[in-house]
Amino acid sequence: MQTFYIIAFLSIVFSILVISAKNPVHSILYLILTFFTFTIHYILMNAQFLAIVNFIVYMGAILVLFLYTLMLINLNKESEPVKPFMVKVAAVFGGGILAVALVSSLKLLGTSAPVVLKDPNLGLVKNLGKVLFNEFLLPFEVSSVLLLSAMVGAVLLATKDKEPKATI
Amino acid sequence: MELTDIAIKFGLIVIIFGISLLVAMYSTYAERKIAAFFQDRVGPNRAGPFGILQPLADGAKMFLKEEIIPANATSFLFIVGPSLAILTACIGSAVIPWGQDLVIGDKVIPLQVTDINVGILYIFGVVSLGVYGVMIGGWASNNKYSLLGAIRAASQNISYEISMGLSIIALLLVTGTLSLGEIAKQQHGWHWNVLYQPVGFILFLVCSFAETNRTPFDLPECETELVGGYHTEYSSMKLGFYLFAEYINMFISSAVMATLYWGGYNYPGMDWVAAHVGPVAAPLIGTAIFFAKIFLFIFFFMWVRWTIPRFRYDQLMDLGWKTLIPLAIANIVVTGIVITFFN
Repeated sequence: MQTFYIIAFLSIVFSILVISAKNPVHSILYLILTFFTFTIHYILMNAQFLAIVNFIVYMGAILVLFLYTLMLINLNKESEPVKPFMVKVAAVFGGGILAVALVSSLKLLGTSAPVVLKDPNLGLVKNLGKVLFNEFLLPFEVSSVLLLSAMVGAVLLATKDKEPKATI
Repeated sequence: MELTDIAIKFGLIVIIFGISLLVAMYSTYAERKIAAFFQDRVGPNRAGPFGILQPLADGAKMFLKEEIIPANATSFLFIVGPSLAILTACIGSAVIPWGQDLVIGDKVIPLQVTDINVGILYIFGVVSLGVYGVMIGGWASNNKYSLLGAIRAASQNISYEISMGLSIIALLLVTGTLSLGEIAKQQHGWHWNVLYQPVGFILFLVCSFAETNRTPFDLPECETELVGGYHTEYSSMKLGFYLFAEYINMFISSAVMATLYWGGYNYPGMDWVAAHVGPVAAPLIGTAIFFAKIFLFIFFFMWVRWTIPRFRYDQLMDLGWKTLIPLAIANIVVTGIVITFFN
């Protein structure tokens, strides 16, 4: 339990740093640390497979692409969008209302009884695979075909045209 | 866990760490000697007999050089870059099974630091984290050549990780487990996975060249275009860490390839040997054979480096996306069909 609170505290600190960092590259680096704390959360919940997949896919692939894109685009002070004052006031107001709504709904709801998993080892590869390929077979297959087709589409877009247009 | 168990684990970790560093150190020497052999030269031969102390001399030089942090660099991230590179290179060895269980008296000592049931995925995680060292270092240097090197490293790493993962899936269909210890055990005797997955092995080999930034895929540090690539601005031991991390990565990926495809510590006739030399010596012979396989792979890495010229960048991307990925997907489909109909 103690570990959970330390890690949860770190997650919140790093995610605040993500949005408060001045330099966009720094904020991505904080985001990487935030995802790392999520990985530890998964391990604490005995979900090894999810933990390692979160580690590979989010930390290892998606954030590398984020960083890659940020390094390529020009992030100068001049190109920074400047919002008018009234928009800022409206944003603060809207955010405040959202926070009040969230807090009050949580307070009304009260703490429910903690959900106890029937099988605490659900997160291990074997059990997760059995659940995915029995109960959730169709959605799993459909989403995997969707991802594969997206990848094939990307490769197809990158291939050159058979007949290159005439250049002057 | 008893105190002696903890002490044994700790000893094992220290030994593996030491061996990784030692192998990386002497890989630099071997690389220079092998390059010299291929180019009909002598190679380093001044420090000690046959130049055997050359790595120590190089290390001392690296430590004693002046350390320069460029004025416009982000100094904290400039230091984080090489540290991350060497850290991720060193933690990969934790899941590799170095040998069969060693039985001394009534004590069983597993020659593997930890056998987590997602061992292969752990290796992938460490590999994918490795690129951050290069990216952060290249960006923090505030130099356009470094930045270009870092960006090249990132896109190359991502592209080849996909075909690496796909080539592993076919292997997992054959083995049915993600644990490296279990995979090594299944290849008892001569049942090496390379006999069942030759295409998968070739894909994995090509991808591991790309992931370790070795020639012909060393575009991130291409001297002819980018001065020194991502480590242009680095000096002294920080540069040493980057170079060292590459050699440790080479050692670890050789070990992974030997474990996944070439039988790990297994060899034909191991049962006969085990019956004749006793339970203590047999696992050690297996470990020695495992290391022989690793050294053969390291030699292969160097052989390729001094034989094949570097790719152009668009050729690299074409190979990754248009050749390796379709080939890996076809390999998965064929493996799946064969397993369904013939098992």
